[in-house]
Order: sequence, then C-alpha cells, then structure tokens
Amino acid sequence: MDKATIVVHSGDLDKVMSALIIGNGYLAMGGEVTLYFTFWGLQRLIKGRLSKAPLSRMHFFGLGTWMMKRKMKKANVAPPEKLMADFKALGGRIIACEMTMEVMGISKSDLDETLIDEYGAVGMYVNESKKARMTLFI
Amino acid sequence: MLQTIQSDIVVDVVGETCPVPLVEMRKAVMKAKKGDIIEVKGTHPASKQEIPMAVDSLGLELLGIREEDQVWHIFIQK
Repeated sequence: MDKATIVVHSGDLDKVMSALIIGNGYLAMGGEVTLYFTFWGLQRLIKGRLSKAPLSRMHFFGLGTWMMKRKMKKANVAPPEKLMADFKALGGRIIACEMTMEVMGISKSDLDETLIDEYGAVGMYVNESKKARMTLFI
Repeated sequence: MLQTIQSDIVVDVVGETCPVPLVEMRKAVMKAKKGDIIEVKGTHPASKQEIPMAVDSLGLELLGIREEDQVWHIFIQK
C-alpha cells in the first residue's frame, strides 16, 4: 500500500488521539505512516505528557477532560499510551519539529526520545509527503 | 468447513473497540509465518467490516467469517 503523513499541530488530547487512531489504521492496512509533531503537538512528546492534555472542546478547567477519560475507559477505548505503543510496534515513524523545540525552549532530553525517529523541519515533512497519497493536518 | 479449521494463531479482541482489533490483527500477521491461519475473534461491529478490507489490502486470503452469540470469528491465511 501507499504512504500517509500527518502533521500533529494540536496538542489537544482528542486530536492527538485522532491522529494516532488514523495512523494505526493506516499501518494496520499495510501502509506507511509518518507523524510530524509540531507546535502544541510537540508538547505531547515531552516525557510523561502524552495524555496530560486538554480537550479541544469542553475542557472546563480539566473537569471535562477527566470526565472524557472516564467515559473512554468505560467504553474500553485504548488510552493514548497504548495507541502510541501500537503505532511504534507497527513501524510508524515520528519526526519532531526542531523549530518548535527552539521556539519553546525544548531540548532533546526533555522529549521521550524512544518515540522519535528523526528531528527535522518543514523540508523533511515535505520530502516525506512527496511519496504520500494522504496527508492530514490535525 | 469453518467449524473444522485449525487456527495457528488466535487473536482475542472480544470487547475491544476501534482501532484495537485491526491493530492486533496486523501484529499477528506480522508474527505469522507464510501459510499460517489466523483467527481473529471479537465483538466490535465496525471491525468485522474493516478487517476483511485490511486483509484485501494486505494481499492475504480471507478464508471466511463465522458468527455466533454476537461474537465474530474471522479466518485469515497469510
């Protein structure tokens, strides 16, 4: 099958989960996937922060997020940690945006480096996307 | 015929929801040897539709689907 690239610009829990679910589905169906974490999305690659995230809507100072996590657990939805572990197990690639690291003062040692395949900028995303049939901005 | 199939690998995703059944199926396929029969059993309705789509796009063989008491069993040959 072909390739997909997804820009993970949002750091919101629901949007990062969507990116991972789509990525995992694409990998499971035999494709290749590269996720490019940039801006607020890059926050989710900081050690221990994958699921420490607000919701894009109905956050309500954390109460909405807490409720949503409970609802998802009840519905047996895989948590972000499992989605991420599966993404890596199926061969998904992750690029961390170096420009965001500079702007936000994030160093490599702040990030969970076990998840990251490469550090790059827009050129790397464009280059990866040349071979992609699907590209999304989340 | 599906009643008598001997599965080499059984993937139990009963109660799991999207995208876990699809992902666990793919992991099992990665581990399997050519010719192995993989049985995926689950309850999530969407997965029953999408696993055969994945089987097709992975170029595997769909041997059949059996369903009883709301549990489906999908048989795949690598």
